[in-house]
Amino acid sequence: MGYILLLIVAAIVVWAIAAYNSLVRLRNEIDGSWRQIDVQLKRRHDLIPNLIEAVKGYLQYERDTLNQVVEARAKALNASDQGARIAAENQLSSGIGRLLAIMENYPQLKADENVLRLQEELTTTENQIAFARQAYNDVVLSLNTRIQTFPSNLIAGNFGFHSAEYFKAAAEDQAVPKVDLAVGARAQQ
Amino acid sequence: MTAVSDFRALEAANRRETAVLVVAMIAILAALGFGLDVWAGSIRITDGSLSGFPLLTVFALIFGSVQALISFYGGARLVLLSVHARPLTPDTIQHQRVLDAVNEMAVAARMPPPRAYLMDDPAPNAFATGRDPAHSVICVTQGLVDTMDREELQGVIGHEMSHIRDYDIRTMMMVAVMVGGIAMLSDFCFRMMFYSGGSGRRSSNDKNNGGGAIILVYIATLILAAVAPIIAQLVAMAISRQREYLADASSIEFTRNPHALLRALEQIAKSESPLKAATSGTGHLFIVNPREGAREDRERFFDNLLSTHPPLTKRIARLRAMLGAPGQATAVPQS
Repeated sequence: MGYILLLIVAAIVVWAIAAYNSLVRLRNEIDGSWRQIDVQLKRRHDLIPNLIEAVKGYLQYERDTLNQVVEARAKALNASDQGARIAAENQLSSGIGRLLAIMENYPQLKADENVLRLQEELTTTENQIAFARQAYNDVVLSLNTRIQTFPSNLIAGNFGFHSAEYFKAAAEDQAVPKVDLAVGARAQQ
Repeated sequence: MTAVSDFRALEAANRRETAVLVVAMIAILAALGFGLDVWAGSIRITDGSLSGFPLLTVFALIFGSVQALISFYGGARLVLLSVHARPLTPDTIQHQRVLDAVNEMAVAARMPPPRAYLMDDPAPNAFATGRDPAHSVICVTQGLVDTMDREELQGVIGHEMSHIRDYDIRTMMMVAVMVGGIAMLSDFCFRMMFYSGGSGRRSSNDKNNGGGAIILVYIATLILAAVAPIIAQLVAMAISRQREYLADASSIEFTRNPHALLRALEQIAKSESPLKAATSGTGHLFIVNPREGAREDRERFFDNLLSTHPPLTKRIARLRAMLGAPGQATAVPQS
């Protein structure tokens, strides 16, 4: 009888260790995923000046759009807190989407290999930002589920694991007519 | 096979079915090994308890493992050599787009990006190989680069990426070890039958236990030895097909866009020229097995059983079913 009890206790300890470790791993993955978003956002900051330079000559009548992008980038770089930064980055995404869509109307741009490559770089950076956010939200979902379900919630509660926040689009993002952007963007293969 | 709209449910179902098949495989191996070891005398049944060491089973497994390990560590390089692949460089914007798709899917899959290679072949196809995500490789054909757009590239590469993430290459290798082990044990069985006739061994065991149980074990082993190799092959192919369905579902997990892979598979189904560079050793690695082609679902029963991939029509139908369901997440807003 004593042996069985010992076995049960041992099994519970092993499970508890495994549960704790998986929670730690998830928490670290969330940090990693957040940093991945950061890396992509920084890449975008670095790419924008080159693209603006390359297309300025062609897009003389699209000053507004170009300026919006430049301003949004400056705001994102100088943002003081997380909330302001996220809002600025979302604005920058919208601005870039508009810019890429507008570039469709200028066939001369397609003859410029340099512009095409920069366009591709910016497109893939936007995609990687979107996927990084998706990956981040996926890990948040895993962590939150693990923290809330039984029996891992026992370990989570006792060792101070907290639910994480999802990455949400800013309210102003929803004002942008997404349909136009999608059509314009898809067409530019 | 109900129409499942949620990719997570699909993935869970596929993983469960794989587990069942792998357990079945292990059971066949264990049964055959046990029967053979009893016959050979390396395991003895005395008064209802077992003694001895399953020598033959262990030997077969070791032999198979050595073969597998060699291909495990040298595998990626050998496969790339056999298809004459070269590293994928951004010669044109379209090549750059493929490299970008690899990076994008790596971000979505939370994996380091695999090294990208290119095969000179007009048929659109791709494969992934490598023992773990850190040592993995994706190879695409020139045909894929030329015919697929951004969305379709993401779908195909997402599928390949999921093979890497789910350690499918490693799984299929373990399955191959077991199939090899079963074939070897079956071979031992028939050799022993042929050379020793069995009667010499049988009598030494009969003295220890009632002859009845032993005779039953012998007969069962004989039957098993005859059918196990083909059953093992069928189970291995079933596992391979499950992993392909799983990779399709995981591709959706990464892209959140069933259209991506759907359109890519439809394009592959329409493509005329069969891929020439694949050999019998590499066919199963591709997203559509070029040696099986775009098989129709209605083809002969045995064609389906022995295929590494599910019929293209079935794969497309499953993806269409996901699209038809309400509440399916819209594609991640991208450029």
